Amino acid sequence: MSSAVVSTPAAQGRPFVFDGDAVSEVCAPSGGQRRDSAEDQQSPLACVLQSTINNQQSKIPPARVTPASQLEIRPTPEMVSSGVVAIDALTGGLPRGCLTEVCGPASSGRTALLLAALAAATRRGEFCAVVDASDALDPQSVAAAGVDLERLLWVRCSGDSPQRERSPRRRPSTSLRADSDTENHSRQVNQNSEELVGDRVGRRFEPRSSKSSSENSLEQVLRATDLLLESGGFGLIALDLADVPPQAARHIPLTTWFRFRRAIEYTPTILLAVEQRPIAGSCSSLLLQLGSPDRPPQRTDATFAEPSHAQLFTGLDITTELVRSRLERKPAGSVTAFASKTAWTG
Amino acid sequence: MPFACIYVPNFPVAAALRAEPELRARAVAILEGKPPLETIVAVNEKAGGMGIALGMTKAQAELCAELALRPRSALQESAAHAALLDCAQSFSPCVEDAACDTALLDLAGMESLLGSLPKISRAIHSRAGALGLEANVAVASNPDAAVLAARGFAGIAVIAGGKEAEHLGPLPTEVLFANGVDGDEKKAAARLLETLDRWGIRNLRGLAALPEVSLSERLGQEGLRLQQLARGAASRTLVPVEAPPVFEEAVELEHPIVLLEPLAFLLNRLLEQICARLGFRALATQELRLTLELENFSPFHQRSSVNFVRTLRLPLPMLDTKVFLKLLQLDLNAHPPGAPIVKIHLAAEPARPRSTQAGLFLPPSPEPEKLELTLARIAGMVGENKVGALEMLDTHHPEGFRMRRFVAEAPGKSSHEKPPGEAEGRSTVTALRRFRPPRRASVTLENGQPVHLVCPKNVQGDVLWRAGPWRFSGDWWEREAWSRDEWDLALQNNALRNGEDISFCRLVHDLLGGGWFVEGMYD
Repeated sequence: MSSAVVSTPAAQGRPFVFDGDAVSEVCAPSGGQRRDSAEDQQSPLACVLQSTINNQQSKIPPARVTPASQLEIRPTPEMVSSGVVAIDALTGGLPRGCLTEVCGPASSGRTALLLAALAAATRRGEFCAVVDASDALDPQSVAAAGVDLERLLWVRCSGDSPQRERSPRRRPSTSLRADSDTENHSRQVNQNSEELVGDRVGRRFEPRSSKSSSENSLEQVLRATDLLLESGGFGLIALDLADVPPQAARHIPLTTWFRFRRAIEYTPTILLAVEQRPIAGSCSSLLLQLGSPDRPPQRTDATFAEPSHAQLFTGLDITTELVRSRLERKPAGSVTAFASKTAWTG
Repeated sequence: MPFACIYVPNFPVAAALRAEPELRARAVAILEGKPPLETIVAVNEKAGGMGIALGMTKAQAELCAELALRPRSALQESAAHAALLDCAQSFSPCVEDAACDTALLDLAGMESLLGSLPKISRAIHSRAGALGLEANVAVASNPDAAVLAARGFAGIAVIAGGKEAEHLGPLPTEVLFANGVDGDEKKAAARLLETLDRWGIRNLRGLAALPEVSLSERLGQEGLRLQQLARGAASRTLVPVEAPPVFEEAVELEHPIVLLEPLAFLLNRLLEQICARLGFRALATQELRLTLELENFSPFHQRSSVNFVRTLRLPLPMLDTKVFLKLLQLDLNAHPPGAPIVKIHLAAEPARPRSTQAGLFLPPSPEPEKLELTLARIAGMVGENKVGALEMLDTHHPEGFRMRRFVAEAPGKSSHEKPPGEAEGRSTVTALRRFRPPRRASVTLENGQPVHLVCPKNVQGDVLWRAGPWRFSGDWWEREAWSRDEWDLALQNNALRNGEDISFCRLVHDLLGGGWFVEGMYD
C-alpha cells in the first residue's frame, strides 16, 4: 500500500493513505497502471505541469470556480404592453421583474406614459401602486386615462410625517375614510408628563427634523417602496420622482436600486421609475428618454395668431428615445414619437 | 342518550388564572367587597393548603406573603364563561348554560362524528385547557348525573349507562348543591346538609339507600329530589341556550402599564384567546374593538376612569393573531393613549370566514393580511388619509375626490381582460401634474392676458402661447363656493439650463379670493 500527502485546504498536513491503484489519479506512473486513453500518454514534463496545476487548483476554494454548465441562466423577462403602441413597437413593452426608468424634463410626456402603463396594467386585472414623491397625481387625469381606480393604490408622500403634524393641542383630524373610526375620549395630557404610553423607548413624538421636505419625502418613498415590494402581489409599482430635483434624487444610493431590482427579480412585478434624469445606473433594464433639449415638447396645434379664447390645448407630441435596453430589442438610440391628447379633446 | 358536563371548579379563581396564567403555580385567593371590608370568596388548592379559608378578611390574608390576592372581576368571569360555552358549542349544537361554571352538552349522535365517549371527553378537556380553563369533564346517561360526576371527580369521568348509582355513591353530599348559590338557596342548602350530617349521611350512597317514604316525611319533595339525584336516576331534557356569540376578553391590571411592550404582551394573550374561540366556532372577525381604561387623576386627586377606544376595521374577515397584534401595535404607535392603562378590554365582531377560489390563470394579487400590515405601516409614515384608493366625487371641483380604503379583492370575470380592441383604440391622455398646494404666482398682464409668469421652484418665464380663460365655478350654495378662470400656457422657462425648455402649465385666477396660482404642469 502506497501513501501520499495531498495538499488540500481541508486536509492540510494530514496524510492520506491511498490504495496503490488510486495514486494514478494524480499522474500516470511511468511503468505502472496506465489508462487506456490516448490522452494520458503524456511526457514527464506535462505530467509535472499537470500535477502542479492540480495542486494549485486544489488550493482555490471550490465555491470560487463555478463550472459554466452550472451557471444560472436568467430567463428572458416577459414583456407586457405599456399602453402606448409606439413604445411597445420600440421596446417590446415593459419587462416584468425588471426596473424601467422613464426620464425627461417637464411636459415631456412622462406622466402620460405612466398613466398609460397603469391603465394597461389595470385592464389586465392587475393591482398597481403609485408612490408619489410630490403628491402630484391628478385624479381626473387618472380617470381620463382609463385606470381602474379600484385597482390603484396611491401613496402620497409629502415629506411631513403624521407625528410631526400631531400635537396635543390639535384634535385628531376626521378622516375622509368612512371606515376610519376614532372614538378617543382620552383627556389632554400634561405636556410635562413623560409617562405617556408609547412615548418611551424610542417611540416619542419625532423632534422637528432638520431635513428638507424633499429629503423627507424621498425617505418616505423609499421606505414605502420597500414595504410594497416586500408585500408583493402588485403587477406594477411606479415611483413618481418627476418633480424631485435631480440633485436630491441622485442622493438615492445605487444599493437601494439594486435592492429594489433584486426584490422584483423572478416576480411578475414591473417597477417603473419616472424621473428627470437617469439615477438608477446599471440597475435599470430599460431606460427611456422622453423629450430632449434639442426637441422641446410641442403642441399638436401650433397656431398663435388666433386670440387666446379661440385656442385650445389639445395635447403633446412626445418623442421617446431608447437609451439603453438589456433585453436585446431595438438597438440603443432608436427613437419613436407618439401624441397624447387632453381629456377634453375627445 | 349520553350527556356531558364541563365544570370549572373554583370559578372565580379559574377566571383570574385565565387572565394571568403565570399565577397557576402560586397560591391565589379572590377578594370581594368594598374596601376595607373585603373578604376572600374563593381560593385555589395551594391557598387552601396554606390555611387560607373563605370569609377571611384581606388584612388576615395579607399576613401570608406567598399568597397572591386578586379582586373579583365580573368582566373576567364573563369572558371565562363565554369561553366555556364556546368550548361546549364546538362539540355539540345543543348546549345548556347550567351555571356560570357549568355547561351541559347533548352528545346524541356525536359518537359517529367525534369518536367514542372517552375520546370526546378527552377532546373537550383538552380544548377547555386550550382556552385557559382547567375543567372537569364527565359523561353520563342523564344530565344531572353528569353534573354530579363533574363536580365530584377531578379530570375526566365516563359513567356507563345503568351504573350511575354505583359510581356516584362515594361522592360527598356537598356535590348535590352548586357553589355559586347565594342568599336563601345557600341557607336552605346548608340546613339540608346539616340535617343529613346529623343523620350520619355523608355520601350519596347513604342518601340513596334511605327509605323514600320516611325521607319525604322529613325533608319533603326536596329530599326526594335529592335522593333521585344521588341514585343517578333523575331524568330531564336540556334547555339549550342560543346566546348571541360574544367574543370578548378583558384583564384588569394590578399596576398601571405605561409602556407599549408589556401592553403588546397582554394584547397577544387576549388575541390568542379570542382567535382560539373564534376558530373553534369556525368564525373569523372583521372588526376588533380595543377599550383601554386609563388611570386618571382629577385636580382633587380623586382617581377616576377614562376610556380610550380604538376600533380596527379590516377589509376582509381574518383570523391571524400575529397580524392583529401588529395592526394594533401600529395603531397604538400612531395614536398613543396618553395615560397609564389600568384595564384592557378587547372585543371581536364575529364574521363568516372568507372563501376564495384560486385560479391558475388569474393575475397576481396581494395577500390580504400582508397588504393590511403594509398599508398600516405606510399610513404610519405618511398619514392615514395619504394612502389608499381614489374615489371620484360627483362634483366639478378640481380636487373632487377622496381617499378610501384600498382592498385587493380578487378580480371578477367581468373586469378581467377587457377586449383588446377597446384597449388599442384608447389614445394616450395628457396628464396634469398638480402642485399641492397650488403655487402662488406673480403674473404680468397685457390687455388682460398673461405674458410673463414668476413662480417658485423654476416655474417662470415668458408666455409663448396661451389658451383661455375658461371659467369654472361651483358650490355657489355652499360656504365653500369657488370660481376661477383657467389658462393653459406654454412657458419658455428662462431659469433652466439653456433657456430653451418649453413647458406647459395651467394658470388659475381665483376670482373670489383674488390671486394667481400655477395649479400644475402638463406632462
